[in-house]
Amino acid sequence: MRVLAIDTSNLVLSVAVVEEERVLAEMTTNQQKNHSVHMMDCVSELLDATNTSPEELSGIGVANGPGSYTGVRIGVASAKSIAWSLGLPIIGVSSLQTIAMNALGFPGLIVPLFDARRGQVYSGCFKAQDMQVAHVHEKERIILLQEWLPLLRDQASGEPILFLGEDVRMHRQTIEQVLGEQARFATPAFNHPRAAHIGYLAMRQLQESGNVHELVPEYLQLAEAEAKWMAQKQEGSVKE
Amino acid sequence: MGDFAMNNTNLSRYEQRVKQAFQAHKESGGPTYILGIETSCDETSASVVRDGREVLSNVIASQADIHKRFGGVVPEVASRRHVENITLTIEEALRDADKKLEDIHAIAVTYGPGLVGALLVGVAAAKAISLARGIPLIGVHHIAGHIYANRLVEEMDFPLIALVVSGGHTELVWMKGHGQFEILGETRDDAAGEAYDKVARALNLPYPGGPHIDRLALEGEPNVPLPRSWLEPNSYDFSFSGLKSAVLNTLHNAAQRGETIQPANLAASFQDSVTEVLVEKTLRAVREFGAKQVLLAGGVAANRGLRERLQARCQQEGVPLVIPPLSLCTDNAAMIAAAGFIRYEKGEFAGLNLNGVPGLSLSEHE
Ligand SMILES: [Zn+2]
Repeated sequence: MRVLAIDTSNLVLSVAVVEEERVLAEMTTNQQKNHSVHMMDCVSELLDATNTSPEELSGIGVANGPGSYTGVRIGVASAKSIAWSLGLPIIGVSSLQTIAMNALGFPGLIVPLFDARRGQVYSGCFKAQDMQVAHVHEKERIILLQEWLPLLRDQASGEPILFLGEDVRMHRQTIEQVLGEQARFATPAFNHPRAAHIGYLAMRQLQESGNVHELVPEYLQLAEAEAKWMAQKQEGSVKE
Repeated sequence: MGDFAMNNTNLSRYEQRVKQAFQAHKESGGPTYILGIETSCDETSASVVRDGREVLSNVIASQADIHKRFGGVVPEVASRRHVENITLTIEEALRDADKKLEDIHAIAVTYGPGLVGALLVGVAAAKAISLARGIPLIGVHHIAGHIYANRLVEEMDFPLIALVVSGGHTELVWMKGHGQFEILGETRDDAAGEAYDKVARALNLPYPGGPHIDRLALEGEPNVPLPRSWLEPNSYDFSFSGLKSAVLNTLHNAAQRGETIQPANLAASFQDSVTEVLVEKTLRAVREFGAKQVLLAGGVAANRGLRERLQARCQQEGVPLVIPPLSLCTDNAAMIAAAGFIRYEKGEFAGLNLNGVPGLSLSEHE
């Protein structure tokens, strides 16, 4: 079985071809260049490099958010179109969980985060168990970092907390102010999502693939215009 | 595994497949089926067209109801809906046409102009299917698509003049032959459709306002004096913002004097001004360039006032006019497939690095 995996949900572009027990090829760039331009050429190169024709694939894995709205859409639209046109199963994997997989051996809490502007972050809280990472604090969310950090401290009960992701740098000071020594930071390579992890996770869930058409991004928040409209509707100032 | 003997080994396997598929189909001499994809604004559309002339299917998933509540198209909302609809819409287009992907010779997709986030969804899907199935990929300019909607109705006769009027565009285009577009004039401010929407809002008509003004205008008399924006004597450009302001001023002044202006009369006068300028500039271009045919294209082609006036004047001048049916005037993928066919015949394929270009110009496209 071969699975093609794609992550364009943030600044990093990562593409991989994996088998059950092996990563055949993976390409990851952090050039913040236009994913729309480069992604499909990367896929083509990787298929050629692994001598894989598209018809030989058994499934597709894709990071389906949260992240940059446009980035997530490029990944999901491309991945579901490949899957649909070849009649393949497709699995959407959380962009946060993908990064958390980088820290499988870490003994404390694993907290990937992406900046979401205005002091907010997209984040989740994971723990490594049996070479998998699992959510330990409810769902992934968009939250003010200042509110998130105390929640994490309560959850950790003294254990170290590892922060992961390219955007951690810009929030490091805030994190250290609240958590002090309890906060841990990774070396650079751990902050990149790796499509090989997505391929691994997708491979193990292929039987659970739903209807390809129904795979959609997890943005974790409404479009601004929709949020405003919903608020007005609740106030009763607009009618449908 | 393919047969690479005849190929340049520097080509990727995808490029070899595309080249082989194209050559094999050219040699077979059979009909060409093109899958069109259009997501430049708020319609997710897919279509199968035979030989650039015959529509086998044309599926349009409209988001109009969703955007109505916002009073205009919200780009982020439109992009989200495109991702939800895209593969389903393409599947439906193939099913309606009774075709499978293996019957398709090329995928033609709108890559500009339009809303960038919306364009990217269609472009991503088209590239993905192209790579996965080794089907040639063609990038199409949205306005070229609108113009080629006419070819789904009647064969083009060159040289011709095309008047493109929609919510986002007002352009006068001269064509010497297939795929050759020369823009004679375009709007310097608002597109005609935009002016319609703004005037409709001032008259408290629902969004989108164009059809409501058109309907109202038929009930009124064009007796409110409004300016005609001819610009410089030789110019084929358009400008509608002055007219829009004149309408708003007229309403405002009347209100201050405690008078009421019949909305129907104001709508008729506004429509009269817009259509007079559009039609007369078109006819002037017909004479100057010796056009053998006039094409009306774009969503505003549905406007009855414009159709009737242009019809009457073309008849007077003895030049044939083609107006596509409403379903082909508004954004749709059949027109994209029709325009893509011209590029297919020339073997003008896009690479997998095709990008959405929101401000793509028609001349860049060549
Ligand atoms: Zn259009």
